[in-house]
This record gives sequence, structure tokens and C-alpha cells, in this order.
Amino acid sequence: MSLHTGNGFEVIDRGTPERKSEKQVTLEIDGQSVTVPAGTSIMHAASLAGIQVPKLCATDSLEPFGSCRLCLVEIAGRNGTPASCTTPAESGMRVSTQTDRLARLRRGVMELYISDHPLDCLTCSANGDCELQDMAGAVGLRDVRYGYDGENHLDAVKDESNPYFTFDPARCIVCSRCVRACEEVQGTFALTIDGRGFASVVSAGMNEDFLDSECVSCGACVQACPTASLIEKTIVQHGQPQRSVITTCAYCGVGCSFEAELQGNSVVRMTPYKDGKANHGHSCVKGRFAWGYATHKERITKPMLRSSPKEAWREVTWDEALDHVASEFKRIQAKYGRGAIGGITSSRCTNEETYLVQKMIRAAFHNNNVDTCARVCHSPTGYGLKTTLGTSAGTQDFDSVNEADLIMVIGANPTDAHPVFASRMKRRIREGAKLIVIDPRQIDLVRTPHVAAMHHLQLLPGSNVAVANALAHVVVTEGLVNTKFISERCDPTEFEAWAQFVSREENSPEHVEKISGVPAPELRAAARLYAKGPNSAIYYGLGVTEHSQGSTMVIAMANLAMATGNFGRNGVGVNPLRGQNNVQGSCDMGSFPHEFSGYRHVSEDATRALFESAWGVPLDPEPGLRIPNMFDAAVDGTFKGLYVQGEDIVQSDPNTQHVAAGLEAMECIVVHDLFLNETAAYAHVFLPGASFLEKDGTFTNAERRLGRVRKAIPPMAGMTELDVICKLSTLFGYPMHYNHASEVMDEIARVTPTFAGVSFAKLDELGSVQWPCNEKAPEGTPVMHIGSFVRGKGRFVLTEYVPTDERTGPRFPLLLTTGRILSQYNVGAQTRRTPNIVWHDEDVLEIHPHDAENRGIREGDRVALVSRSGETSMRAHITERVQPGVVYTTFHHPESGANVVTTDYTDWATGCPEYKVTAVEVRLTNHESSWQERLDHLHRIQRIETVAAE
Amino acid sequence: MSSSTTDTLVRMANDISNFFRIQPEDQAVAGTADHIRRYWEPRMRAKMAEHLTHGGSGLNAIALKACERACKSVSSAPIYRGGT
Repeated sequence: MSLHTGNGFEVIDRGTPERKSEKQVTLEIDGQSVTVPAGTSIMHAASLAGIQVPKLCATDSLEPFGSCRLCLVEIAGRNGTPASCTTPAESGMRVSTQTDRLARLRRGVMELYISDHPLDCLTCSANGDCELQDMAGAVGLRDVRYGYDGENHLDAVKDESNPYFTFDPARCIVCSRCVRACEEVQGTFALTIDGRGFASVVSAGMNEDFLDSECVSCGACVQACPTASLIEKTIVQHGQPQRSVITTCAYCGVGCSFEAELQGNSVVRMTPYKDGKANHGHSCVKGRFAWGYATHKERITKPMLRSSPKEAWREVTWDEALDHVASEFKRIQAKYGRGAIGGITSSRCTNEETYLVQKMIRAAFHNNNVDTCARVCHSPTGYGLKTTLGTSAGTQDFDSVNEADLIMVIGANPTDAHPVFASRMKRRIREGAKLIVIDPRQIDLVRTPHVAAMHHLQLLPGSNVAVANALAHVVVTEGLVNTKFISERCDPTEFEAWAQFVSREENSPEHVEKISGVPAPELRAAARLYAKGPNSAIYYGLGVTEHSQGSTMVIAMANLAMATGNFGRNGVGVNPLRGQNNVQGSCDMGSFPHEFSGYRHVSEDATRALFESAWGVPLDPEPGLRIPNMFDAAVDGTFKGLYVQGEDIVQSDPNTQHVAAGLEAMECIVVHDLFLNETAAYAHVFLPGASFLEKDGTFTNAERRLGRVRKAIPPMAGMTELDVICKLSTLFGYPMHYNHASEVMDEIARVTPTFAGVSFAKLDELGSVQWPCNEKAPEGTPVMHIGSFVRGKGRFVLTEYVPTDERTGPRFPLLLTTGRILSQYNVGAQTRRTPNIVWHDEDVLEIHPHDAENRGIREGDRVALVSRSGETSMRAHITERVQPGVVYTTFHHPESGANVVTTDYTDWATGCPEYKVTAVEVRLTNHESSWQERLDHLHRIQRIETVAAE
Repeated sequence: MSSSTTDTLVRMANDISNFFRIQPEDQAVAGTADHIRRYWEPRMRAKMAEHLTHGGSGLNAIALKACERACKSVSSAPIYRGGT
């Protein structure tokens, strides 16, 4: 079966997975000679020869199963009719796929299937996209000798519990593709075949409906189903798509490729793109199903103005809105100075858009007051990895995990936050790789079906660096250092200083146990396992970066990986799991106030000269304000105008009261977004944004992979961010004009050495590329630091553990840490506007039974969460996922106000907030906090006058 | 900038110096000063310079020396006053 997409790409299902082998075998199939790697199935080999063997239970995303008996073939000199899916090709084989005997057998098989299948093809939702229908045609089925009145499943009850897909047992042929997809691709093991023989049925969990089962709604089963048994509700409702566009998901940093499937200009399905190199045809509930926000009724599609946040919004024309912004920003600069305005780029927008925003700020605003939401997530990654290795990015591609022997997950929750990559990680662990989890909370990965961590170092929040130093202590003092790697690849003097430092008693596991709560023997065992490898890979998330020592911890991990030689090949490395779809890209594009694209400091004369020449304006050699410092300057009265692109700083940034105070002190706040978010409550201008479906460009995922974003539907507001920025910059006196996003990428390539070889033409040709992509690596760089580090010698840096200033005490005895869950995404602006809400309709506070009992708290009670910064309230969930003394919540709903209580302590190097450590107290309450009452008021005044712009 | 901003800057400077303090003092001061020069916007350095004229209270020894090195040369941010 193949699908011709709107981009001209053809997808062929070869029935069984591709095999890799140095040994090649040559066989003959239907008279054609074909050479394939040893281990390749006959079915796959036939497909490569252009011969499609009929099949139902086989699909090339799954291991062969051999149950449907449709793919039978004859092999010269052999008895019987083996299944071509489970029979490996061998040299000298002569295979026939079409004989009278095979035709009779296949028709007989199809008769049995069809005797227990509804005969309503014309009205079936899968009509036109049904493999059973295709195979009935392929085998020439004309009659069913058994009739249709025997025992059957035609009255089986349909399960419509899942908001996105239905399960109709009547249409199921029990091929097990769904069960195998859940096991092999997703790794959740939520489905099974219940019963035996004719009574066999697909069952979710313990005969539960799909919604109540362990199903994570990744869609793999729906994707695998050859009939209409498992099918998307949108297809049931609208019918089959007419065209498709290959694009990149706008949720997390995995950056999955999808086919946006459309009828006219309406998306009816998002299907994971099989040839997508980040996801290899897999998806999660967000990318696969939660795209309805793009056309949600709350989308704002007209620009709006108001003279004060206390007034109602007034719809205006684009011209009026942009004239107003330019006029106000000019007025502010004239009155307060050119440094009095700035902007924030979005990690949700494309590379081309973020590049243009920072260009506008530097070249048109004439300052460097540009920052991005990476400030509050992975800015320490950039600092730490550049300091030690020379490049502000992860070292590997995702495929690298396939060769890891030891996987160490630190401060990340991949099954919830990066689910598609987590599935591949779990697959590798099922194949035998060992797992260490370092996390204060018992994340799913610690123990999930067929996956168990050998060590869960359940450290106290804030003790990361101490734990990393303890691991390094064991590596050095027990002689586990890779001395060959050190001598060849690293600075020996700096290594010696580091080795002496980590060998100190203060870094011993026995001492660190007192700080972290992790038993010393566990620390020692984990360190030995990591050092033993032979391929050990670190994957980490915001549980590393969002600390006062976030950058120190990134450096400490790089030190550890260098000491054990875990760089420069597949299966190893230090790999950040980036939060947002384009957080890597927004950083690459020069969104930080101190550096241009490609991470080059604004004070470097040669770099500045390059940009001054390219842009035709003098540029400021001084760093600009970071986001937290913008709020400080606003409170001080020197920062008065802010452009915010696709970022809800009020909900996502720490110490909400301080953020609000900063915003209230400004005179012109411009929010450029899809929805009236929490920040818009403080704004004077609202510019409607375009969703990822409405524009062209690129996103860069966590593995430095640039994937194309392709316009599937016209921009609902008439203009994309790219159009708006060009127009605004022009109004500001610095003309910008690009006919297409590809022209912006061409400029990026001209001014950024690591992107020199990137173009839309190349992306269209290769599908995607990983930077650096230049003369040395014309097709990109999957694995970095091969042979030598980008900076030359790897640099060991001392990483003293410095406790955070945020301490527990009698008033605030618990530590709050925060995270996110599978069904919701960041501040929830997108996912809250989808049916994903059925899985998570409010943020709750996880609290250990001991802490709950001490406070008289029962499951579901409303509790006040109080810190030195503020107070909010939410419902309690009592669980042993958190350890005594630690509480946990998410921040997906503005009403919960998780960031009302977080502090403004930040990472020493980058200003990344310390979200992960807040001293709190929890007590029973029966009312909302004063902040929540104020939020209700703000929401009420976010009304829009219905007077349309003329 | 307000006193609260000064407090923030003092804390930031101390935090930076706490990373470098494991190194010999001259390197720690140089590292801290370099970090401030590379990442602090001139207004922040000017504010710190103003704080230093009042003794730089709250700064630890390394941060104090580093701020004197990194901030004192910054004027009170004249480029940000008086129009575009």
C-alpha cells in the first residue's frame, strides 16, 4: 500500500522492517533477481523488487507475526507454503508469490475473514483506506461459501470512550497489529488478545474501555489497524482526506514529522510520517490528536488595541495595530531611551520567525534586549555544553539510543514530556540496555511494563550537583577513568585539577548521602554501572537545568561523560531533552541578548562586523536584558515597551507577582499569540498569530534536526508572524522584505557558519538535516565531537556543590518541585483547548501519605500551597510517587498558579529560574487564594468589544 | 533601579562568584568579572557601580572585587537616555 502525499513523497509499506547486515543474499522472486541484506524477509525482498505480496497482519513498523496466512508463498524445492513475512530470504531461493495453489489458499483465508465482517463497505468509515477491502480485491474474492449467518461478532459493542478514536470489535480481524504496535512501537502493553480461538478479541487492559485502561492514546494501534476497527473519530465524521502535507509537530522538542491530512483547507487527521527521522512513524497523544486548538473558537484572528489593560479590547485593522505599535515604541524610545523597549522570541515559532524578531530588535530597535523562553528552561544547557565541549547543543541524534548499553535519565520524565523518544528508549531497554534514573520523584520510567531502572537515585530537589560529583568521585577514586580518551581528547591539566577536586571527601558518596538522601552504596553502584558502559548515554531535562546550579550540573554531566570517554560515537553523549518544539532553534537563531545566531557574542568585533555588513546598520556591542532583568528594569522605570511572540510569561515565568508588577509598569505591551493568554491581560496590543499549520519555515528539535514546517492551510488572521515582523520593522524605519521563509533561511545560512549548507531545497531533498551543516558536513551532523571536541580539547571545569538559598525551615518545611504530564503541554494554551482535557482538567498537588496524614489532608481535599513568594490552592493527590518532604505539581492550568509560589532564585550563569526547588507549606483550605480571586477578575475584564474593524 | 533590584544584582553577583570560588582567588575574581561583563546589560552594571560607591554591602569578597573590575568602568548608562 502506498500513499502519494501532497509533497510528492511516496510511502510504501514493505510488510516487515528493514534489516541491516554486512552480508547480502541474492534470490529470485517471480523470476526477478533481488539482493537484500541477510535477515530480510521474503515479503520485504519482494517489495523491493516491486512485488507486493498480499498481507493483513504484516506492516513494516512491526516485527513479523505470521498469523493472517495471506502472505503465503511457494519456494522451489521446499514443501508447503511458508508465510513470506516470517521466512528470511536466503541465497539461491526461487520464490513464487502467485500460483493457482496460493490463490486458492488466499481466497479461502479471505472467505473466513469476510464471513465474520460487516458487509457495509460503502458506508464504512475506512472505505477507500481499508487493507481488508484491498486484499479482498487482490485475491479475487467473489463469494463466501460459509454464508454470513454463522456465529459472528457483528453485534459486538463499539467502544467510543476515547475522545479521539473508536474501537469497533465487529470490524476487527484479530490480526494483533494493534496489540503489537502498543508493545513494540509504544511500549505501553495496554492491549492484549483476550480469549482463545473464535472467542479472541482485542481488549484494552483488564477488559476496560480504552479511556479507563492504561492506553496512552499515542495512536499507534489506530495507525496499525488494517480495517475500520480502530479509526479516528474525525475520519468517521468527515470521511477520508483528499490531500496531505508533510510538516513538523509544534509540541515538544522531539519534533515528530507528520502528514497533515486535509479535505480542502480543513485538517481531518494528523498521521505520523513514516520517513520522519525523529519519530520513524510514531506519535503521541498531543501531536497525533490534539491539534484542534488550531481552529478553536477562542482563536483570535483580528488585531486588537486598547489604551489600558483595564479597558475592553477593540478590534482594529492590521495597519492600525502595527502603526500603533511602531508609534508607541518610537514614543517610548524618544522619552526613555533606546534601551527602554525589547522583545521575546518564541520557541514555538519557526527559526525564520525568531531570527527575524531578533534581527528587528537588534537592527530596528537598535538594542540587544531580545530574549527567548529558553531562558526559563534550557539556557543552562547552552552555557554548560559550550563551556565544556564548545557547542550549545546535545551531542547525539535520537537514533543513537539504539546503541546505548547504559541509559542514565536525569531530571527528565520522557514518557510524559517526550513520549515518542521515550518509546524508543524503552525499546532499547527491553533489548537489554540498563537504566539509571536520577529524579526526586518516581517517574513512570522507574518501573513500567518490561522496563525497570536498576537504580533510582531518588535525590532531594536541589542536590543534583552533589550527586554528580559523587558519581565522578567513584569514577576517579576507583580507577574507572578512561585515561586513553582523556589523554587524546581533553586538557590534561584541567583534568588533573578536576580529578583532585572530585576525589575530595566532601564529594564522596558517603558525604553526599547526607545532602541528597541517596544511599552511598546506590551512588557507588550507579557510578560503576555508568563507567562500565561500554556505551553510556545521559539524557536529561529541566530537572537538571531549572536550578540555581543548573549550568553547574550541565557542566558536571559533561565532566562525567568525558572522564568515562562517552563522547564521539553512537550510543553515548550528553543529550538534553528539549521542552518546546523549537527551543533549540530559537537559541540557535540568536534569541539571547548576548549573542547572534550561531552563539557568537555581540562583543566580538568580527562577528558584529559581519552582521553590520549583512544588515546595513551599526549594532550594539553590549549585551541586552534577559527576561527576568526586563521585569526588574520595568519596575525601576527604565523599561517600558515589550513585544512578546508566542510566550505566556505571566503563566510560565516564576514569581508571578513580580512578573505582573513588571508588566503593569510598562506603557506598551504587545502580545503576538493565538489566544488571549494570561500575559494578554496586561497587554495594550494583541496581534493574532498563525499556528504551525498556517505557515512555512523550519523547527529544530533536540537532536539539532531542522525539519520543515509546511503551510497546510491559509493563515486565519491573514498574516503570518513573518509578514508581521517585516511590516513592523519597516514601519520602525528598518525595511525588511522576504518573499518566502526560504529566503530568510538563505540569509541565516549566509551569516551562520553552522547553517551554511542549509536551504529549503536541501531540506526538501533530504527530509531534514542536523546542524552543523556546511562544507565539512554537507548533509548534516548526526553525532558531534567525533575525533575531537568542537572547542578542541574537552574542558574539565570544577563544579562545587553550592546549596540553594531556598531552604526549608519551620514555616516552609516541604520542597515543591514541578513538572508536566503526558496529555498537557506547558502552560496548556493549546492542549487545554482540546479533548485532552479529559485526562487532566486541573493541576493537583502530589503529596506523600505521611505528609498528608500529618496535616489531616485526604485525597481530593483543597489545600493551600504557600511559599515565601505567594500562595495558591489546588486539590491534593496522595501518592508515594513523591518522597516524604517533597510535593509536586504541574503548571498546565492558569487557575492553579503554580508559579505564584515559585521564587525568583535563578541559575547563577544564565538566569534560568529555579522552578524545581521551592520551600513550601501545605495546609487544608476551603477557599481560593487572593491571587486566584484576582485572576478571576482579570479573566472577566479580558472581554472583546464586538465592533469589528472597518 | 530600586533597592530590590540592587538586592537582586548583589545576589546574582554572589551566585556567580560562588561558582568560581573553588578556583584560586585571582582566577575566581577574573571569572566572575568576565561573566558579569559578558552577560550583564550596562544598566545592571551601572547600578552595581552605584552600589559600589556606597560600599557594595552584601557582596562577598570575590564578588566585590569582580564587580569593581567589571562594573566601575560603566557610566550610568547614558546610551539609554535621550532618544534613539
